[in-house]
Amino acid sequence: MKKILVLFISFVLFASNVLANSGNVVIVTSFPKDLSGQFKAAFEAKYPNITVEVVGKKTTAGIKYIQETSSNNGTDLFWASAPDAFEVLKGDDLLAKYTSKVEGIPDLVGSYPINDPQGFYTGFAAAGYGMMWNTRYLKANNLPAPKEWIDMADPIYFGHTGMSAPSRSGTTHLTVETLLQGDGFDAGWGKMKSIAANFKTVTARSFGVPDGVNSGDFGVGIVIDFFGLSSIGSGFPVGFVYPTVTTLVPANIGVIKNAPNEKNAQLFIDFLLTPEGQEILLDPKIRRLPVNPKTYAKAPKDFPNPFKDSSIGAAVKFDVQLSKGRYNLVNSLFDVMITYRLDDLRAAMSAIYKAEAKLGNSSNAKAKKLIAEARALVSALPITEAKANDAEFNKIFKKKRKKAKDIEKYAGTRQAEVEAEWDKFVIDNYSNAIKKAEEAIKAL
Amino acid sequence: MFKNLFLKSTALFIGLFLLIFLAVPIFQVFYVSFLDQNGHFTLLNFYDFFQNALFIESFYNSFYVASMSVVLASVFALPLAYFTSRFNFRGSVIIQSLGFIPLIMPPFVGAVAMKLLFGSNGSINLILNDWFGFKIPFMEGLNGVIFVESIHYFPFILINLITSLNNIDRTMEESAQSLGSKGFGLFRKIVLPLSMPGYVAGASLVFLKVFDDLGTPLLLDVNNMLAPQAYLRISSIGINDPMGYVIGVILVLTSIAAVYVAKLALGGKDYSMLQKGGGGMIKRDFLPYQKYLAYFVVFFILFLVLSPHIALTLLSFGTIWSFSVLPDAFTVQHYKAVFENSVFIKNTMLYCSIAAFIDVVLAFFISYIVLRTKIIGRQLLDYIAMSALAIPGLVLGIGYLRTFYSINLPWDNTPLASWWFMIVIILAVRRLPYALRACNAVLMQISKYLEESAESLGAQKISIFRKILIPLMTGGLLAGFITSFSTATVELSATIMLVSTESEAPLAYAIYSYMQTAAGRGPGAAFGLIGVLIVAVGTYLSQLIIEKKYKQRGMEAKV
Repeated sequence: MKKILVLFISFVLFASNVLANSGNVVIVTSFPKDLSGQFKAAFEAKYPNITVEVVGKKTTAGIKYIQETSSNNGTDLFWASAPDAFEVLKGDDLLAKYTSKVEGIPDLVGSYPINDPQGFYTGFAAAGYGMMWNTRYLKANNLPAPKEWIDMADPIYFGHTGMSAPSRSGTTHLTVETLLQGDGFDAGWGKMKSIAANFKTVTARSFGVPDGVNSGDFGVGIVIDFFGLSSIGSGFPVGFVYPTVTTLVPANIGVIKNAPNEKNAQLFIDFLLTPEGQEILLDPKIRRLPVNPKTYAKAPKDFPNPFKDSSIGAAVKFDVQLSKGRYNLVNSLFDVMITYRLDDLRAAMSAIYKAEAKLGNSSNAKAKKLIAEARALVSALPITEAKANDAEFNKIFKKKRKKAKDIEKYAGTRQAEVEAEWDKFVIDNYSNAIKKAEEAIKAL
Repeated sequence: MFKNLFLKSTALFIGLFLLIFLAVPIFQVFYVSFLDQNGHFTLLNFYDFFQNALFIESFYNSFYVASMSVVLASVFALPLAYFTSRFNFRGSVIIQSLGFIPLIMPPFVGAVAMKLLFGSNGSINLILNDWFGFKIPFMEGLNGVIFVESIHYFPFILINLITSLNNIDRTMEESAQSLGSKGFGLFRKIVLPLSMPGYVAGASLVFLKVFDDLGTPLLLDVNNMLAPQAYLRISSIGINDPMGYVIGVILVLTSIAAVYVAKLALGGKDYSMLQKGGGGMIKRDFLPYQKYLAYFVVFFILFLVLSPHIALTLLSFGTIWSFSVLPDAFTVQHYKAVFENSVFIKNTMLYCSIAAFIDVVLAFFISYIVLRTKIIGRQLLDYIAMSALAIPGLVLGIGYLRTFYSINLPWDNTPLASWWFMIVIILAVRRLPYALRACNAVLMQISKYLEESAESLGAQKISIFRKILIPLMTGGLLAGFITSFSTATVELSATIMLVSTESEAPLAYAIYSYMQTAAGRGPGAAFGLIGVLIVAVGTYLSQLIIEKKYKQRGMEAKV
């Protein structure tokens, strides 16, 4: 026992010199150290008397942290990608207005406004979704690199692709929503499911996708551009492309209400937008799209420039209000139909692929009809577009604790109840699709 | 009268500690599961749980995975424990220490290392595919979860079983031998029954840990299990979604039931041994052919269970490792980041050693109170402490923020929840069950007659603790310390909620922040490996202490 005690005390003495701290601007951020560390160093070099305290947390944990600590706030800035995270904070009255004095920043990137129109948060970099692939993996499996979303629905990619769930990652959500708005609700989900049927996995973390592609665990992943671009920058044998239908979204920063160091917080926002701040974004380990168009002059040769190349992120006029209204419902629907039932979906699609392969160029009408029916079963939705956009129905899915009087029309309906119904619908359809596909094979 | 007062006030103190730092924060979050949309009490949410096919399937899957993991983990642990503690086996201390390492799997980076090795395009499958044209799905689906979990958690069985075996009184075996028992009969009738408390302690920990584990299913993207369902619902639908907590409540209830069943399994039997003369069993020599076989088995198991750490080492020295058997090239560059940020390592050492120390002290008293006294509500202490296993770290972290954020520290007016010592407390609470199971198992093997005779000779409770129990329980206490300490070094889910400044953040947090970028893989792995090394050295040292103690006692007995 004595030895343990001595060991223990020496641990304590050894480490107790660590615990002194000081801080002049406290930032809660979801950004990795590679990004935040560079800005911290550059900012402190410019303003030597200000110390930047960076606290990294996942976006959801960061929101939670700021909400739970608001009674006694010690945070100056929230700094993260997804605009909807800022919408949550804004909705809870936890952000303070600030409009930067830095000039030369356009209003839009792609078709998305860079800054919050009400001035509660400021965009400092842009990002859009695309596809990244592992070149060694594709070569070993004789696969071409995809160019458009629909390429990923090709049977050749069966079991070779991956994506993160929209409920896990705000930016993935935007991709799904973009697809739904670009192709229409029903057709968009149909396309999403035929892409998803090829997934090897739906990762729980958004970084799980670039991780998997970088390791060669799967060949192609749907990722946000900077994951792809920074993986290339770090030397991994991977490639990245934007499809035509994508949305560019700003990554943001906002001052927290009652910030202890408000002046310094505003100074930090200004710094992000200055040419020297924007150039940091071009670092090979970061690679995000600057919002200051002039910065692109210093970018590497093949770096995408959304202010010049109008094809990036302009195909869809993204409706922010529509997206916001059905945000949680879309997440839930994705999880019920795809994330939690991926095995069933894959089994159904694989049966259909088999039937289609056997069908080939034959003109067997009965088999064709059966296969079409099977595909229709797979893409069928347990909910109509009208209901999905119904503000009353969406109240069931609100993040805040729902009170019966707030729900009115659907009072008493619980989210878990709705999801159980959807689940049953989806499972039945997938297994019926398998039966149809097998009938089709028999008919051939 | 004094001794009763002392024990009662200790029980009260521990009860209060658990109430404030475990029950209240959990209640802050969990009561949501019993509320309907109007905020009235309801059981409807539980009805929803049993109506939902996905939840039922998840429950079944979790149960299946946890049970099968116990089986597979036993297959890994039994030979290692048996060969090294029953035979004269060269390097048994090193083997026992190495066998402990799999418990320390750094978050995220451990997962990446496992996939690079065992994944469908990991090193092993690439080789298999090249040479033989087939692949083995180590990491796919529920079987993948069982495989990874049993590699990860089998040390729980190993360490408790070894402690148990070492505690078996040599005279028991000698008397049996002198009565003509030998070989398998001896093993079955003496060794096996006497080591049961340790095995059951370990096996129940494996079951509980796997049943509640979140990390592994998430890493393998298996969502249809209870813990991931709870986590996914809480973190995506929102912190106030009742179903997430309904699942949480069900996890807790099942865990308590498992502890209860483990108790029943040992119930009614007396595992205590009066003498503590020649510590541990007689170590025998192998027959020559047995020796080679034993070494082969031991090394094969060690290789298998340590392979994730071999991959981790490669990752920390590798440049780019992608769709290939080995990294493209090697470098020491990643370790630069570690030495530039050594504050994380210091923090981890400080936090985890204090937390583990608190755990051992609490566990000692709880197991004493539960097994040796008749204080009312003593079982409750055990159950509440154990239920910490089943509380998702995220939930506990949020509970702490809710409970302690509005209280300010008296000396500098910062919130209590952001004080670094709260990280220590949350680590201690989360790891208490490990120390508790270890202490329980050892105390069960010590006969209470030893204490009673000391008492009848007029010894005070304190000197009984100091002179009898603590020396006899050293192995178990150290085992508890090491388990708590080392698993705390890689704890992330609860602490991440409480970290308020980077300068006070632990190692696991550094790994987390590096592992969010493509370029951060190497430094993340380097941090992970450093963490593993710290734990390995600590484990080795304490194994040496245990070994030395038994040897000493063995000598004294001979004299």
